[in-house]
Amino acid sequence: MLTTDLEQVLIWRAERDRIAAAEPAEKAALLAGRAQAIRRRVVQMIMTARQGHVGGDMSVTDILTTLFYGTLRIDPADLPKDRDRFILSKGHCAAALYATLASCGYFSPNELDTFMAEGSALNGHPNRVKVPGVETNTGPLGHGLPVAVGQAVGAHLAGSPARVFVVAGDGELQEGSNWEALMAAAHYGLENLTLVVDRNRLQQGARTEDTNGLDPLDARLAAFGCEVRSVDGHNHLALAEAYAPSTTGGPVAVIANTIKGKGISFMEDRVEWHHKVPTSEQADQALLELA
Amino acid sequence: MTAVDVTAPVHDNRKAFAEELMALAAADTRIVAVCNDSVGSSNLVEFRERFPDRLINVGIAEQNMVGVGAGLASMGFVPFVCAAAPFLTGRSLEQIKADVAYSQHPVILCGMSPGMAYGELGPTHHSVEDLSWLRALPGLDIVLPADRAQTRDAVRMLAAEPRPAFMRVGRHKVPDLPESSALERGRFQQLCDGADVTIVAVGTMVSRALQAAEALAADGVTARVLNASWIAPFDAEAVRAAAAQTRAIVTVEEANVSGGLGAAVASLVAALPAGQRVPVEILGLHDFAPTGSTNALLTHFGLDPEHLAEAAKAAMARA
Ligand SMILES: Cc1ncc(C[n+]2csc(CCOP(=O)(O)OP(=O)(O)O)c2C)c(N)n1
Repeated sequence: MLTTDLEQVLIWRAERDRIAAAEPAEKAALLAGRAQAIRRRVVQMIMTARQGHVGGDMSVTDILTTLFYGTLRIDPADLPKDRDRFILSKGHCAAALYATLASCGYFSPNELDTFMAEGSALNGHPNRVKVPGVETNTGPLGHGLPVAVGQAVGAHLAGSPARVFVVAGDGELQEGSNWEALMAAAHYGLENLTLVVDRNRLQQGARTEDTNGLDPLDARLAAFGCEVRSVDGHNHLALAEAYAPSTTGGPVAVIANTIKGKGISFMEDRVEWHHKVPTSEQADQALLELA
Repeated sequence: MTAVDVTAPVHDNRKAFAEELMALAAADTRIVAVCNDSVGSSNLVEFRERFPDRLINVGIAEQNMVGVGAGLASMGFVPFVCAAAPFLTGRSLEQIKADVAYSQHPVILCGMSPGMAYGELGPTHHSVEDLSWLRALPGLDIVLPADRAQTRDAVRMLAAEPRPAFMRVGRHKVPDLPESSALERGRFQQLCDGADVTIVAVGTMVSRALQAAEALAADGVTARVLNASWIAPFDAEAVRAAAAQTRAIVTVEEANVSGGLGAAVASLVAALPAGQRVPVEILGLHDFAPTGSTNALLTHFGLDPEHLAEAAKAAMARA
């Protein structure tokens, strides 16, 4: 198990507080800067490991930074039982999660250099037994939401104010387990549960709508009892607003409309970058564009 | 015994799989492929171009994928259901049980990139429980072709006589085996003979077993090597002969030891009359893998020729 990096926790706390106190424009700029730094770190990790899922990492980064630098009631140096819970169900995007967790101080950012290296805690998919901040192991798609439902029910039973956030890929929603989970979430009135769909419209081999289409996704989620909020998934202020508590007494589903490969011109919306390693020239260009 | 050429070229069996499937599909319109967003990883891009209507991509939905395969089979098609082995088997285990094995719908389940082929992607992506899980299902053939020729054989044989079956299609590159290794349903192939110990190997482990046999020969120990390419139905005869003719048996599989090939061999040997039983060493995984490349993990779990040779000696010492 990796250990908390207290110095980094202090840096994270200071930045989180600064973001919380900032005026909207400054807040957006601070979050955007944080997200770009995480994207750069992810590109470096993937270049060192020569493996990774760069496209989905880039699309989910803004969703993660808005959560970890604003919404989530968490603190890496103090893990009370009633903390909010976060699950990255699209576990193949572990690199983006690791870089985010390390920036919060869950473990030392230096560890990121070991991503997927022999014996490292930072496997290609997140493991809660080894990595603080990871609440459940993911990798096979369609597991995060059912576990999140269990956590949300558990929070109710324990009388805990904890909210539970889960991020799933849009392709991932083709797994039936998600819809079983949503039925339960509505049935149990889980107003403490928020599903964020990283709606980048691509999956591993093709466009989602050309594979097994999800549209009209908003209507479908609503029909399953969700309060649906559709936002630009790269707009930090819109995301932060969409993470607001339920107004209906049931689960919230945020459709975060994103671009796979976001921020790197030659990757944006291109299916081949689901998992492909940039050449060193491409990486240089990517890092430049993410500056 | 012919020397193992450790510099021989190695191959990803998925290519041979896809080529054979396409050749058969061109002649037989009953052949269809079903997959889960895995067209590229199953090497089916060309298949999709040539037979667009006969590639059914259900998206990331493995339970549905296997059920759809069963439905197609019941309509007279010959479905090759292709997905990464861990999700195909684990995610859809009940569909494989009820819709394929129990219903006897002739679905050919093709588990891509099995074992620890996905190295650093970790245990969620390692298919090392598939043998234990699927061996428990009556009426399901289990085929583990060990090289390109056997992969082609398996596709051809299962298409010619469709039956509920699971085959592992390896991604981790392995060399081609000697010619004597044509696939036969329910039969292990004897790749070399020896009087002291028998090594029963499967899939990626077969060429390593041959190397171990060579190392043992240098120490004056002769080893019989069996390729357990068709695990179900099980070749009890080959195991009984090994027990009668050699002093110990070592099994080796890129799978968890609970309920896999080694367990099958051991339970058979345990049922032999006293005096005919021989020691059995079972090599495989005992735990979830740490982070590492496929090769590093194989070494981590002692699935390398050196350790195999040691295990053979340890088994003989118990005889
Ligand atoms: C159960 C399961 N089936 C298949 C896979 C292989 N796989 C990994 S990522 C992926 C595509 C995911 O697409 P999406 O959820 O849209 O994620 P994103 O595009 O955001 O990366 C697939 C099919 C898997 N990890 N788990």
